[in-house]
Amino acid sequence: MPALNCLLAMSELRMNAGAAGAIEPRDYHLAEEPHVANGTALGFWLYLMSDCLIFAALFATYGVLGRSYAAGPTGADLFDLPLVAMNTAFLLLSSITFGFAMLKKQQGKVSATLGWLAITGVLGLCFLGLELYEFSHLLHEGAGPGRSAFLSSFFTLVGTHGLHVTFGLIWLIVLMLQINKHGLTPENNRRLMCLSMFWHFLDVVWIGVFTFVYLMGVL
Amino acid sequence: MSAHDIHAGHAHDGHDDHHHDDAGPHSTFSGYMTGFVLSIILTAIPFWLIMAKVIEGRSTAVLVLGAFAIVQILVHMYYFLHMNSKVEAGWTLLSTIFTVIFVVIALSGTLWVMFHMNANMMPHHDEPAAISAPQS
Repeated sequence: MPALNCLLAMSELRMNAGAAGAIEPRDYHLAEEPHVANGTALGFWLYLMSDCLIFAALFATYGVLGRSYAAGPTGADLFDLPLVAMNTAFLLLSSITFGFAMLKKQQGKVSATLGWLAITGVLGLCFLGLELYEFSHLLHEGAGPGRSAFLSSFFTLVGTHGLHVTFGLIWLIVLMLQINKHGLTPENNRRLMCLSMFWHFLDVVWIGVFTFVYLMGVL
Repeated sequence: MSAHDIHAGHAHDGHDDHHHDDAGPHSTFSGYMTGFVLSIILTAIPFWLIMAKVIEGRSTAVLVLGAFAIVQILVHMYYFLHMNSKVEAGWTLLSTIFTVIFVVIALSGTLWVMFHMNANMMPHHDEPAAISAPQS
């Protein structure tokens, strides 16, 4: 870390100066704030970790309330596993296509990057469409979030993940327009790196959702 | 030589907007494909176990599914999010470990406390309805 090295070098210099008997005026501030190299990645990672805490709270809520059916339908009655498997496949595929977009970005190929990003966006839309279909189906059957504590926590957890995917899609479209207009500039590359972390993170959260909500819900 | 001059030596990477490392870690095709194949396997097996009703016992199923989920999360972290101890001089890993510890305490603590609260709030069927001395 350059900032730390800089501070160490400074303190060494001061000690040498002290030994030589020459006392120079001390200044306790730097003219410029030290920057960590590639600080954006670390900052965005910290955001993702705090997002992780939100999902942890929602998972804990679901863990507590997930069996409180209030004499209503249970997970085994409601969940359609082939549908969930398809949704999982969409999200997993969109993760790898985003990876391909990042590889094309590394090679500096603008149109190939945009192509893979477009495929990622379509897969994300398919995921969202299936999830909305599932939600409307549940509401139609009278299994809305007001039916039982189980369904309240289910809609909150899965809905929050769906909202994240929605905002990821908006971000993706805006970034595609930016890349189309300005090309793979350093700024756009940085944004693309952040979005790729966000997208892969949503896939990680979905692993928890399909395991703990859907698969364990039908047991 | 003042502190100013020393810092000037680092001025070129002071503005990370134009730093070449800022585009993220270098990723490879084989890395992504390895992660993809592993996560397909780690997704397909749990779905198969449940949909084909291979596992009967509930607690066994919870343990097995939980293990698959943890392994798959690690695979995603390593192959897709390019996580290792060297990224950002270890700060990424450190913040992740902190988050994991926090999440484990929050989840296990919540489930533990709430389970016992539910169990203790249950009416005791083998006792008269009148208020009895608290049972330990």
